[in-house]
Amino acid sequence: MRGNVVIAGVGQTAFGKCPGRTTLSLNIEACRNALADAGVEKEAVDALVVKPPTSNPEFMYGSTLAEAMGLQPRVGGSWDQGGAANISLISFAAMAIEHGQCEIALVTYADNPRTGSRHVYEKAWGDDAAYGWFGVPAGYAMLARRHMEEYGTTSDQLGEIAVAIRNHGAANPNAQLRVPLTLEQYRQSKWVVDPLRRDDCCLVSDGAAAVVLMSAKRAKQMGIRKAVPILGFGQGQTSWEVPLRTDLTSTGAEVSGATALRMAGLTPKDIDVAQIYDCFTITVLMTLEAYGFARKGKSGPFVAGGRLAHGGELPTNTAGGLLSETGMPGLQLVLEGVRQMRGEATLQVKNAQTCMVSNQGGIMHTHSTLILGQWQ
Amino acid sequence: MSAAPEQAFPLPDTTGIGAHYWNALREGRLDYQCCSRCHSAWLPARTECPKCLAAEWTWKIASGKATLISWVIYHHAYHPWFAKKLPYNVSVVQLAEGPRLISNVVAAGTTLRIDMPLQLIIEREADVALARFKPA
Repeated sequence: MRGNVVIAGVGQTAFGKCPGRTTLSLNIEACRNALADAGVEKEAVDALVVKPPTSNPEFMYGSTLAEAMGLQPRVGGSWDQGGAANISLISFAAMAIEHGQCEIALVTYADNPRTGSRHVYEKAWGDDAAYGWFGVPAGYAMLARRHMEEYGTTSDQLGEIAVAIRNHGAANPNAQLRVPLTLEQYRQSKWVVDPLRRDDCCLVSDGAAAVVLMSAKRAKQMGIRKAVPILGFGQGQTSWEVPLRTDLTSTGAEVSGATALRMAGLTPKDIDVAQIYDCFTITVLMTLEAYGFARKGKSGPFVAGGRLAHGGELPTNTAGGLLSETGMPGLQLVLEGVRQMRGEATLQVKNAQTCMVSNQGGIMHTHSTLILGQWQ
Repeated sequence: MSAAPEQAFPLPDTTGIGAHYWNALREGRLDYQCCSRCHSAWLPARTECPKCLAAEWTWKIASGKATLISWVIYHHAYHPWFAKKLPYNVSVVQLAEGPRLISNVVAAGTTLRIDMPLQLIIEREADVALARFKPA
């Protein structure tokens, strides 16, 4: 089904602080903007799928949102996979369209942890709290330490990732954090949980984003000129909690990336621009080698020397990612991939024909991959 | 924040399937579960073997020998109890028998390195017996 389904429109809200806004209101604004971008009437939508808000999950949130939007879709509901859910929902909607279960799908996500509660990111890990084991950053720090000790990955190499992505965000007028970063500033950044510093950690953000999916055939009939075809997708679930994994530096990203590349008929060498989930810098480092851009253990040297910067060999997170554009879990990366394939990105990568996007959740517990291409 | 320090300690759940584990630590043993069918070993406590799904298993006593898999150092307290301990380490430790667990390595002045050998020490904190480790 390579290329049979397209992203026909994208929409978002402001990123950062949206005080007083509910997630329903944010979702609706993003959907309204995505439908307008696609030139699709709301009444044509027959699928609505949503990742529940991370900071405040609700029972049957998909139905609540559908009611608020005046929709009775054929296909609908919510899917909990943490940060991997958005791309997984896009792949689910694409398969539903391909098999005639629906025709036009909205995939949307909203959350408001910045002005609301961010407790979910700082909570204890069950009984292990007795040992002082708290919070999401520590889980990623545990993976980072093992990678550094096993493969010689350095703090400066993590810093190179933060520098490249923060500088991209500084150029994005819609980014929540528009402060560029130097490697020297990174080295001065305070420890959160050693080996991760403040500048290794993503933002906490309010906001929403949405995409409209339909078949390529339908998009042609409707005369949509800015459609972006989906070339491949995949998933891989690590599942186990960090302390129980037999190998701390291997995750489901490997099978997810391989599945998506095989479906697209591509290799990492064919990818022109990447949007890699950067909740923490180590996530980018580990995902790049899981996808095969670098050999296992070699992504430290790979990211050095500005390779991920705009103008580098593999421009990555060209709108600033989670570190700089918005801490939203993942859908903003899909939106930037769409902008790159349309040729509309602020930091446009010249002649980019393919974009690989990663989403992942928990402490790399869940993973999904999307590969976008050019409209013919 | 009027709670006494002991009340503030994040107590583990010592009821249900985990009761045996915490009681064993209190008695000076680190026990782990072992499947009666496929002989795989695991922690934390579960009702079924995560390898072969059998519901028949026994508790076994760990030797206390272990290795260090990874560690982090907290510079920010996510819970008031731990503010006085900063900076402190939390580690992933693998028992010689296979199971892995979260712990603390008590090793003032020692440089930690992955795969270094460790030895179990059971320490009490807020009247809870905890499985900590020191360099072997």
